[in-house]
Amino acid sequence: MEGLCHMEVLLVSLLNGLVYGMLLFMLASGLTLIFSMMGVLNFAHASMYMLGAYFAYSVSRVIGFWPALVVAPALCGALGALIEMYALRRVHKNGHIAELLFTVGLAFIIEKAVQMAWGLLPVPYRVPAALDRALFHVYGSNFHAYRGFMLLISVLMFFAIWLLLTRTRIGLVIQAALTHPEMVGALGHNVPRVFTIVFAGGSVLAGLAGVIGGNYLVTEPSMAATMGPIVFVVVVFGGLGSLAGCFVASLIMGLVQTFAVVLDVSLADLLARLGVTVASTNPLAEVLTIPLPRVGALLPYLMLILVLLIKPRGLMGTRDT
Amino acid sequence: MSESAVRTATRPLAAEGAAGLLRREWPWLAALTFAVIVPWFFFDWTTGRHSGFIVSVLSQIGIMIIFALSYNMLMGQAGLLSFGHAVLLGLGGYVTAHVVTAAKGGAFPLPLELTPLVGGLGGFGFAIVLGYFATKQRATAFAMITLGIGELITSCALMFQTFFGGEGGVSTNRMTGHSLFGLGYGPPIQVYYLIVAWTAVSVAAMLLLTRTPLGRMANACRDNFERAQFVGYDPRMVRFVQFALSGFFAGIAGALYTLTYEIVTYDTVAAPMSANALLMTYIGGVGVFAGPVVGAVLVVLLQSWVSLLSNSWLVYAGVLFILMVTFAPGGLAGLVMMHQPIWRAGRLGRLAGPYLRLLGPVLLVLVGFVLAVELCSFLTIGTAQGKTLTLSRITIDPHGGPPWIVAGLLLAAGGLWLRHAMRGLATAWQAVTEEIKTPELRA
Repeated sequence: MEGLCHMEVLLVSLLNGLVYGMLLFMLASGLTLIFSMMGVLNFAHASMYMLGAYFAYSVSRVIGFWPALVVAPALCGALGALIEMYALRRVHKNGHIAELLFTVGLAFIIEKAVQMAWGLLPVPYRVPAALDRALFHVYGSNFHAYRGFMLLISVLMFFAIWLLLTRTRIGLVIQAALTHPEMVGALGHNVPRVFTIVFAGGSVLAGLAGVIGGNYLVTEPSMAATMGPIVFVVVVFGGLGSLAGCFVASLIMGLVQTFAVVLDVSLADLLARLGVTVASTNPLAEVLTIPLPRVGALLPYLMLILVLLIKPRGLMGTRDT
Repeated sequence: MSESAVRTATRPLAAEGAAGLLRREWPWLAALTFAVIVPWFFFDWTTGRHSGFIVSVLSQIGIMIIFALSYNMLMGQAGLLSFGHAVLLGLGGYVTAHVVTAAKGGAFPLPLELTPLVGGLGGFGFAIVLGYFATKQRATAFAMITLGIGELITSCALMFQTFFGGEGGVSTNRMTGHSLFGLGYGPPIQVYYLIVAWTAVSVAAMLLLTRTPLGRMANACRDNFERAQFVGYDPRMVRFVQFALSGFFAGIAGALYTLTYEIVTYDTVAAPMSANALLMTYIGGVGVFAGPVVGAVLVVLLQSWVSLLSNSWLVYAGVLFILMVTFAPGGLAGLVMMHQPIWRAGRLGRLAGPYLRLLGPVLLVLVGFVLAVELCSFLTIGTAQGKTLTLSRITIDPHGGPPWIVAGLLLAAGGLWLRHAMRGLATAWQAVTEEIKTPELRA
């Protein structure tokens, strides 16, 4: 418990949670747009994130990190557009389940393709040298410059999406199609083209998240499988058809996961505060004494199940999942 | 549909009997007979031993048939897409492991033949608890809850020692000394026959379940849950009961898994196992009862056979899966059923020609694709593992140009030819279906 009493741990964790939350938002925003508009639960979305990281690794070895920041997401976007136009659209007539299963198959193939192209082991995709230093010190703890950069990119991206959706024509059409896709089609807008744009745009965002997240975390073939379920949790937790909900959910998830690692408490500690001691002979002792950092991985799924049971629309959703 | 129902109703009960059963269910009985005798084809008479690999693959097929069919109770029959079905299999397996260990320790004289029932009850119990939450929702929300439950239980399995044994899993010893028939269950072939027996019982039970009012209501709630509600049924209750029963059969599969391998680890509850259920069921076909059986046999055979030869199993599975989803959403069984009206009209022979012409291009595309995938694979993974790509003693260098050009040419030529042949098939298909329809229209 004494960890909480230290101001710097709190502040650094808060910043780290924010960085992670914004990274999640970059992934989840694309997914939420695709899911809300097309009804496709895109299991290959996290694969785009992984491809973004690997593309950035390969491109940055040739022409450096900064061009890769643009090239890798663009490649992901092009791939996304191709997938939507030539495959997903064909599957669409077989129903939503078929579309979903199609993306599951796609995720399999991309994972294996990445293994075949870049090997089974993590690749040495590193933070650029210019950002590989401490940005500032908080009560003796360092705040890494690259985290500041990630935060900057994600905030810029957040404003870019916001401007695009509220200030441009295509943005307004997308917003309308989020809630009333049939009506938008009836008004004469080219809904399939809007779908392609949204799918490609979502892939760009996922790719960008991969570019800046791949060297912050680890670039390895299993990174899609570890990130994928958490992004789903964020989307469902935030609610369908709501970017604001998605944003709040991303931050909550980032903070929860970061603080779960820092706070070294267990249910038994909590009970001890209430004056109940847990004996080691208690059959539930194992569950009660397990420290919070070890349970951290469970929390997102617990939150997912709880929110779906209590409020199936999610935090700010406009319709049922 | 209604016609056959009338026929069933008016048929005198006396005519039903062994002969009737044989006539109607002969494919099942044939499959069962085949399952019983097939290990003896691979029996090594010089050493008096069964082939370990064959028995292991056959056992796995049996387990996966039950697992896939129990998955189809949700996906095909109730329209519930689950991403965490392995949880029910795995928990059934863990329960069995603990019970078998206790029986071995002399806590109670439970015959080994009945332990799958214990696993089934374990799966049933957990399905009641988890299903209480999961079946509150349907469609995508149900899929997401099951995804959450799957990840939750996987994390728990790695975390808790007492029940799950952490990363090491729970191991047990199936030779408990308690048996109804005095068998020791040391040799895998004895366990295989136990699996055959339980698979037969489970398949029969699941088949009969589809014919009960519950099975029909599950179909109704899948097709139009609002209307089912309107008629007076509670769709949630139907989903819940279906989920619990599906958990029972998945638990039996888990118990048989435990008896076969004598160890249960977190792999049995994790996402790849759930994905396997989805793969088998969908490739086999969700719309036909026997579909998942076909899928389970095919996927296990491919998995164990291809993974012996190549480490790119996941690519082939993924491509097969995508092709099925795109072009044959009914699965293999659906493809077969499409031919039924043509077969009844006696015109299936007309399609034989176009199908035969498909053989050449399909073979070309297949060879080209496999070559390309293997070249990719050997370029990176193979080099890392120090393997070389050899084709009947000719070593192929994946760094050279020629093999890639050959693969590209095969793919391109095969693709174009396949397109042409497919067009021929489509024309023939259309002509035949028109012919079948026309007399009906005249009448």
